[in-house]
Amino acid sequence: MALEKIKLVQGRAVPVPGDAIDTDRIIPARFMKCVTFDGLGEYLFYDVRKNDDGTDKPHPLNDPRYAGASILISGANFGCGSSREHAPQALYRHGFRAVVAESFAEIFFGNCTTLGIPCLSLKRADLRALTAAVEEDPSLPVTVDVEAAAVRLGDREFAGEIRPSARQALLEGRWDPIGELLEGLPAANASLSRLGYV
Amino acid sequence: MGKTLFEKVWDAHAVRDLANGQTQLLIATHLIHEVTSPQAFGMLRDLGLKVAHPERTFATVDHIVPTDQRTEPFSDPLADAMIRELRRNCEEFGITYFDIRSGRQGIVHIVGPEQGITQPGTTIACGDSHTSTHGAFGAVAFGIGTTQIRDVLATQTMAMGKLKVRRINVDGRLRPGVYAKDVILHIIRTLGVNGGTGYAYEYGGEVFDRFSMEERMTVCNMSIEGGARAGYVNPDETTYAYLKGRPYSPKGAAWEEAVERWRSFASDADCSYDDVVHFRAEDIPPTVTWGINPGQGISIDERVPSPDTVPAEEREAVEEALAYMKLPAGRPIKGTPIDVAFLGSCTNARLSDFVEVSKYLKGRRVASGIKAIAVPGSMGVDLLCKEMGLDEIFREAGFEWREAGCSMCLAMNPDKLIGDQLCASSSNRNFKGRQGSPTGRTILMSPLMVAAAAVTGEVSDAREIFEVEELVEA
Repeated sequence: MALEKIKLVQGRAVPVPGDAIDTDRIIPARFMKCVTFDGLGEYLFYDVRKNDDGTDKPHPLNDPRYAGASILISGANFGCGSSREHAPQALYRHGFRAVVAESFAEIFFGNCTTLGIPCLSLKRADLRALTAAVEEDPSLPVTVDVEAAAVRLGDREFAGEIRPSARQALLEGRWDPIGELLEGLPAANASLSRLGYV
Repeated sequence: MGKTLFEKVWDAHAVRDLANGQTQLLIATHLIHEVTSPQAFGMLRDLGLKVAHPERTFATVDHIVPTDQRTEPFSDPLADAMIRELRRNCEEFGITYFDIRSGRQGIVHIVGPEQGITQPGTTIACGDSHTSTHGAFGAVAFGIGTTQIRDVLATQTMAMGKLKVRRINVDGRLRPGVYAKDVILHIIRTLGVNGGTGYAYEYGGEVFDRFSMEERMTVCNMSIEGGARAGYVNPDETTYAYLKGRPYSPKGAAWEEAVERWRSFASDADCSYDDVVHFRAEDIPPTVTWGINPGQGISIDERVPSPDTVPAEEREAVEEALAYMKLPAGRPIKGTPIDVAFLGSCTNARLSDFVEVSKYLKGRRVASGIKAIAVPGSMGVDLLCKEMGLDEIFREAGFEWREAGCSMCLAMNPDKLIGDQLCASSSNRNFKGRQGSPTGRTILMSPLMVAAAAVTGEVSDAREIFEVEELVEA
């Protein structure tokens, strides 16, 4: 299966500050009553973004200065909690193509990678500096460089980290593993027999 | 050098290396439910793929199923569409489905064990983060996303990187009124909500040796709340005794062979761990959360933290949590008024939870104005409770006795908090909005502490309310 090789994500960024932003906050459970992922983008961060009557609360995603941002910046342990892929699906369908944070919860990280959304970790101080710069001028173009594991903004570069297996999968266009797993199906069937499962 | 259970299970199920350095890992048992699976079947159809081994996947309905009105069609058309979709997918692909009519429906992490589907030495995957529950049996069990559900359906494998193993020993004896729930809340409070990143947790020591399977499940269930991708307990005689005679457990001569094989998966005495942590059981208090993640816990005797007294880097998080919870800084958590008491969820809705609470609840009354609901984790648990008359004890005390499902743990069904109601909850997550209202508040605690809060109308020490110490000494 030929997939896009994801080396760079370029665009404007929006900071959604805070640590331990969980997947319930990214997409509240009631919006998972659906049989497709279509339309989930609309409900991204719904409860922190909208009042009960559907009007906007103050939130970076409601701030017109950040309209059209494709890179999300957040804090530590981003995406913790529920394994719902609805969270990265909502991010993707809202237009996000990369997430930069101090750290990521593992299931969320894996779910993002499988959708071709790079998740890059930055040190806390660098994240603060990046956030401050973006808040000061949201029109600045930001580059998430998967190959170099770095974030660039103007002439500044912040060295980050991305798990080697994810980095390689993104760079080589293997982030959705289904093709490779299907190639291994005969070997999997042999393992199933050997272990007495079939 | 010996191996850990995790390494043995991993090695046995590793099919081959993938190009990016991950492993194609065989999944022995796949569990699905109505919320995270429909899109996976959609992807399968889009790619023109079949389910490779339908006999290795089991389905039930838990998240959206109402716990009061159970006749189909459900009043919520979206919920009804999801349940129909699951039934259609199971019929089309030949997957065993424990639906409401089967009498075996329930929360997937309670159904797997009680049916004997969850077995030691196996890999288990399910599109739900609390899949770690199954680790109580010495299985290596992963919560996965929907695309990975597709992978498992299509190939019975998934791509995964190997984890490190942290051994968590809890030695000594738990004090009366301290439960498995307190053990895991205390572990998460100590090691942090992301302390387990990159690890599988192996729980052991005297406390786990003595624990029943249900208590082990409670602890393993919340491994993910500590950031660990999996959590397990080595299988032992307690494990085998639990599994013997269950519908999907091996029978006859196959049983002895299975036990011998299962035994071989336990961590070797001379294995080495990537990390080892020790706790003393006597140091673990009844624990409750005060904030908006499961690591924000304190002893029932402690005060809610104050932003002024915590390290500078934690100040913002404490302020945010206190503002959301509407709790005054520095005040005792005991005495905080509650609105709702919820006894249920895949963490604590097993027979032993209801048995233990009923011992103390008999003859007591839920405080006026408190909504109290008891939700058995499965139709099997419900039946056993009713045979023992436990449902009557709960009803007489003023609890509503509901039917099996996830209920108010995540509120994808009609059971929800309203406005900023505060819920004393035996569930696993106290995230903002988790229980269905964007401003709803959750305090996590053991089932007996939920009962204590229900009868007093405020966060209480169950040991005082129910005179737990005296009962034990008598």
